[in-house]
Amino acid sequence: MKQVSRWFSRNLIRIYAVLGFTYLFIPIIYTIAFSFNASTKSNLVWVGFTWNNWLNPCGAPDVCNALGNSLKIGVLATFFATILGTLMAFAMGRYAFKGRSIVNILIFLPMATPEIVMGASLLTMFISFGFNPGFWTIVIAHVMFCISFVVVTVKARIASLDPRLEQAAMDLYADERETFRRVTLPLVAPGIAAAALLAFSLSFDDFIITNFNSGDVNTFPKFVYISAQRGLPPQANVIGSSMFLIALIIVLVGQFVGRKRTGVR
Amino acid sequence: MVDASTSAHGDLTLKNLTKNFGDFIAVDDLDLVIPEGSFFALLGPSGCGKTTTLRMVAGLEEPTSGSIFIGNTDITYEKPYKRPVNTVFQNYALFPHLSIYENVAFGLRRRGVKDVDTQVQKALELVELTHLSSRKPNQLSGGQQQRIALARAIVNRPALLLLDEPLGALDLKLRRAMQIELKWIQTEVGITFVHVTHDQEEAMTMADTIAVMNEGKIEQMGSPADLYDDPRTAFVANFLGQSNLIKGLITDRADNSGIVDVFGTKLSLPTIRNHAHDSSVLLGIRPEKIRIAPAGAAMNGNILDGGVISDASYIGVSTQYQVEMPWGQELMVFEQNDDGTPPLAKGDPVVMSWEPIFTFGLAGDQDATAGSEANPDSE
Repeated sequence: MKQVSRWFSRNLIRIYAVLGFTYLFIPIIYTIAFSFNASTKSNLVWVGFTWNNWLNPCGAPDVCNALGNSLKIGVLATFFATILGTLMAFAMGRYAFKGRSIVNILIFLPMATPEIVMGASLLTMFISFGFNPGFWTIVIAHVMFCISFVVVTVKARIASLDPRLEQAAMDLYADERETFRRVTLPLVAPGIAAAALLAFSLSFDDFIITNFNSGDVNTFPKFVYISAQRGLPPQANVIGSSMFLIALIIVLVGQFVGRKRTGVR
Repeated sequence: MVDASTSAHGDLTLKNLTKNFGDFIAVDDLDLVIPEGSFFALLGPSGCGKTTTLRMVAGLEEPTSGSIFIGNTDITYEKPYKRPVNTVFQNYALFPHLSIYENVAFGLRRRGVKDVDTQVQKALELVELTHLSSRKPNQLSGGQQQRIALARAIVNRPALLLLDEPLGALDLKLRRAMQIELKWIQTEVGITFVHVTHDQEEAMTMADTIAVMNEGKIEQMGSPADLYDDPRTAFVANFLGQSNLIKGLITDRADNSGIVDVFGTKLSLPTIRNHAHDSSVLLGIRPEKIRIAPAGAAMNGNILDGGVISDASYIGVSTQYQVEMPWGQELMVFEQNDDGTPPLAKGDPVVMSWEPIFTFGLAGDQDATAGSEANPDSE
């Protein structure tokens, strides 16, 4: 009895970790498992194992069209949000200007506003401007809410940059442009990359704001939401699982490259 | 990119150089000429304006007024990348994303120099780190990073190399080794080195000329021996090593030496070392110049009698005594343990003496403890 309790107290953290990770990963395991389900109509009950869904990911009507839209929107929104957000981060991180502290607070507002409110008011705005909701209104909406995250991420990186490195570059005959190109940008780049990944996943994932501002354009989250009411095709699980695996690979590659760079073995 | 200013060479001249940060005067009307090819140290406590001076020379700080010349070229408002000046930064500031090789090649590449490879190899050879050229800075030890920072600056053959507390982050043993190495490298390359430090020993080991800075002004400038043996102010006397400063009155002046009355004792002061404006004087003597013996012993030279040992600490090569004088002041005496006599003990009455030539006189109207609290050695 005493031994059992000692074993228990010694391994408490491990047990806790196993429980925690189980809790985190069960839904993902379900997603992956049910991508192999041989269901035809609804993917809620296990019928049998099949490769068919993976061999034919576009098998369900409209799923690949929706996915294509989501990828296009994601790439465009990431592109614009990353460029604009990075420029803003440099302005706010590097230059003292009137009202900087207010701008710092304002940049947090889109992150704090409930998405449902933002989605609704964006729609109101687009309609009052006479825009028809569709592909580009989604892109504009996504750029808008991604920018804040980019600014915060890149600004953190800029803040951690030792100003002496740029001074050293200037001291070593690099003018302002060369200093930015050779020293500042390469050192901030990991922050920009992280911000871009974050922006893409936020955009790809977004349902609420998209649903308000998409008109009849379908995106992947919208597709999943709508088909869930009629019976979700297993192809949705295939795409979901693929996204998970791609993200996992990106993280692993990132870790590997990072380790190689810093020389930690 | 080579133009008049980047190829300028000659003495570094600072004229009426002033830098204010708001109400705070960091550098106060500084006039200074640093001869080409010398190893020059700006020595002072933190906040004395030495780093600000260095940053103005590097172009990283704009002077409030005054001007900076290299030779005859005015570089006061020149951009940092247009000055023939390179800096070894306090924490080295090596580019973490570039290899050691690329770090050293950085300045050469920006200037569009042809034989980058030869010069980088030569610079790495000079600091004996050729084998590390493909590593990244964070794979190097502190001492190695320090040497790469030096190679990265020297490879450009600047007219002037600025060193901002370059050894501050190294441990004591490594610092000693690097002091000798830096001095050797300076002799080897012949570039003017301007070295900023708060460490008086570091400045004295390496520099030909030291300027002691305090509150934005230069207190005194000269060779290490000049500054140590003949300080002109109480600040220099206390900041550079330690000094006993005793209040006195000059009662008699002759050609070569004067007589100072110190609480009733007459002591001799060489005229060339007397820097007092009037008869009020702070009589100075370094602790290691003083001989000490039990009261009643025969002594010659300047003799101070009536002291009692209030503290004795044996530290191997020497014994350090605190001697309380009849007028309440405690004097420091460092006695070499080289004559086989047992150290004196606390409470022993003693007599002290020294060669009159070692005596120096400072203006009597200053704070006798100035600079001693800023001296890291006198804690």
